[in-house]
Amino acid sequence: MNGVHDLGGMENMGPIAPETDEPVFHERWESRVHALVVASPTRRNIDEGRHQRELIPGPKYLAMSYHEKWFTGLCDLLVKYGYATRDEIAAGRAAPGFKTETPVLTADVVGERLRRRGSYVRDAAPPKFAVGERVRTRNLNPHGHTRLPRYARGHVGVIVASHGAHVFPDTHAHGDDEDPQPLYTVRFMARDLWGETANPKDSVSLDLWEPYLERP
Amino acid sequence: MALRVKALESLMVEKGLVDPAALDALVDHFEHKVGPRNGARVVARAWTDPAYKTRLLENATDAIAELGYQGGQGEHMVVVENTPAVHNLVVCTLCSCYPWPVLGLPPVWYKSAPYRSRAVIDPRGAIAEFGTELPDEVEVRVWDSTAEVRYLVLPQRPAGTEGLDEDALAALVTRDGMIGTARL
Repeated sequence: MNGVHDLGGMENMGPIAPETDEPVFHERWESRVHALVVASPTRRNIDEGRHQRELIPGPKYLAMSYHEKWFTGLCDLLVKYGYATRDEIAAGRAAPGFKTETPVLTADVVGERLRRRGSYVRDAAPPKFAVGERVRTRNLNPHGHTRLPRYARGHVGVIVASHGAHVFPDTHAHGDDEDPQPLYTVRFMARDLWGETANPKDSVSLDLWEPYLERP
Repeated sequence: MALRVKALESLMVEKGLVDPAALDALVDHFEHKVGPRNGARVVARAWTDPAYKTRLLENATDAIAELGYQGGQGEHMVVVENTPAVHNLVVCTLCSCYPWPVLGLPPVWYKSAPYRSRAVIDPRGAIAEFGTELPDEVEVRVWDSTAEVRYLVLPQRPAGTEGLDEDALAALVTRDGMIGTARL
């Protein structure tokens, strides 16, 4: 989806504004939002969660802080999966006759869960491209989720790493089909992306799945 | 927002969707158990132990796990090395991907539109906002974290630190140095 979340290459978004000695959370509610998102039964598909935040309308997305986006995405997923209604969320109270769930994450397993070594690598067909090979990104403009940013479409780069087959977000965000596809790191020269004003030495590398790529 | 979040938390607890004690444990983890100190230990070890540095650059996920750092948002780690000729910069233009086990949660600027938009088109200008001017002859490599691979910059060891031990070296390593918005 060509949404405003796809920010790479835009300018005039304001100063970067680094903050000295920044706290992990600026306000208590931010820490609660973060914990709620991680503990919620809706935290089952990382790609779906990302896409849900991308679906926040553009003007609102740009105006919201990070934790406001997380809060909004969580509410939307709770409604989508029938865990809560908008009225319940606004009231902070369950409607009469609600069904009691069992938390998927309990305090005793939090430490183990956070340190668990997960993996997005899956068995799938071997990679079609080799490290060192030149590839072109396809001109894809899907209406759903994608991890191919607009600024990197239709450009030629070189494969600098091959990571095996990873869960493919473009499919996975819209259901539970992991549809694993070979993942590569592709390096693009800054001049190929941005033109002759870029420093000729500079490059931008992205992690891209095989369906994004073709032979140039 | 505080009231809306409080209402949501009450609802989710009432419905049994979350365990309040688990929420407290999660906040404690992100406030106290992860953070740039973890990444600094990785960097200091790489500076003092050449064999570790080799392992780190070949298979960062395993090498970082040797020090006990692993978990969500650190499943597939890649470490990129700064040299006198090369400077690395990490960004996530599409969202806010960041290596939680070694750096903790990202700072606000990392998640915000100004940095996410400019880091790829004007990395030198973005870095300059942090007070570092990179010479034209230094090659800048930007890494846009578009998949579940997470990047950590291995900064150059500062000159004049030959006599320091691993703990003293770790104290010199900054979060921005490991993102690439600063040079140590």
